[in-house]
Amino acid sequence: MHYHWNWRIFWEQSPDGAGTYLHTLFVGLGWTLALALLAWALALALGVMVGVLRTTPLKWLERAGYAYVELFRNIPLLVQMFLWYFVMPELVPKGLGDWIKQMPPPWGSFVPAVLCLGTFTSARVAEQVRAGINSLPRGQRMAGTALGLTLPQTYRYVLLPMAFRIIVPPLGSEFLNIIKNSAVALTINVVELTARARAMQEYSFQVFEAFTAATVIYLLVNLVVVLLMRYLERKVAVPGYMGQGGAAASGH
Amino acid sequence: MFGSFDFDVIERSWRYLFFDGMAFTLRLTLFAMVGGIVFGTLLAMMRLSSVKPLAWIAGVYVNTLRSIPLVLVIFWFYFLVPYIGAWVLRSDTPIRVGAFASSLLTFVMFEACYYCEIMRAGIQSIPRGQVWAGYALGLNYWQSMGHVVLPQAFRNMLPVLLTQTIVLFQDVSLVYVLSITDFVGAASKVAERDGRLVEMYSFVAVVYFVACLLLSQSVRRLQARIAIVR
Repeated sequence: MHYHWNWRIFWEQSPDGAGTYLHTLFVGLGWTLALALLAWALALALGVMVGVLRTTPLKWLERAGYAYVELFRNIPLLVQMFLWYFVMPELVPKGLGDWIKQMPPPWGSFVPAVLCLGTFTSARVAEQVRAGINSLPRGQRMAGTALGLTLPQTYRYVLLPMAFRIIVPPLGSEFLNIIKNSAVALTINVVELTARARAMQEYSFQVFEAFTAATVIYLLVNLVVVLLMRYLERKVAVPGYMGQGGAAASGH
Repeated sequence: MFGSFDFDVIERSWRYLFFDGMAFTLRLTLFAMVGGIVFGTLLAMMRLSSVKPLAWIAGVYVNTLRSIPLVLVIFWFYFLVPYIGAWVLRSDTPIRVGAFASSLLTFVMFEACYYCEIMRAGIQSIPRGQVWAGYALGLNYWQSMGHVVLPQAFRNMLPVLLTQTIVLFQDVSLVYVLSITDFVGAASKVAERDGRLVEMYSFVAVVYFVACLLLSQSVRRLQARIAIVR
């Protein structure tokens, strides 16, 4: 086996002219984090709304929430990326479609990637929110009604504050997932961390150094998120409720 | 909106899409499921082992692969497998490995980490007393695992294992990054050739949606049945 190791490659100039290979990788990490954080904000907003819909007593709202979740759960993320990037601009009114297609380079693929990752993850967040609300004793909802609260008030003051605290641990693993899933955006030309490791491999032929660096960076990000989540979990834990809120155990 | 939709392109290419593309996807999914569950169960047994180094190695392996993106893992193995092949066969040059073998190995190694966590939960759901009862009857570790613990763990975890397999079925689409002709790869080749991206990708989405919805509904039904029997 004759693989030529060269760890100093990271301090050599990368052909994109921006700096060393190491610098390129860290810029990629920046894009990964920006993509993950923006998509996460979208996923939380949509996911909470849909999750609440799925627990309302109104049948048709519950149905609509169910359809939303199944739609985003049953299509591979890669295919959803293609739908947002290639198909969506063709299906919206022509003026808007042309405007989307003419967005300058990083944004033309970054914006669809955020929308895709955000909606994809929102379906998973919705499932966690639903599981969290359903894990509360029925009496809490009834108590809200008995106190004369309207349905929205019951959610706002009774159910959601409790549910949020219960589902912090599973939401933490969804956040780890969104960071990993952001790598799929490289298929629509977002040059995030994995794409940059791949580009480094193509320019420098140092395959294993490039991928090792990307792996280590992902592991470190993972570690930081896990530590932050552990702190947050301890802060918000409801005594007696730990570890009951999560939905299905499979997934990525 | 769908006025200019060209259904003809699907009619022209469906044989290629299903007999070449989907066949590859299904084959890879099934083989990777079997391999992943076998390797994942072994990893779970290692993680729960009282031999500390074994538990540690399995833990590091599973946690590392679970914290990096699948796309990166696919790239890793794509370049690593020829070197592993050379090492196994004691060859001086990297071995050329086919697309199917290479991606199969990738998915077995990767999905095993997720199956491992499921099986670990399954094994832990069996009361310790049953293992002790097995030892008291004179069974050794492999016998009590094989005849007492694992059959029950499989049964308890069957719905979750199948749900994970649906995730795997969707994940297989990512071999697209290696330009392999799976279902998505086949569709994208036709789409680029005929300039029919909208039609092809919408069609692919519909096929996946229907397939995964049917599969997850049957898993749910199975789960209900198992729950009643228990």
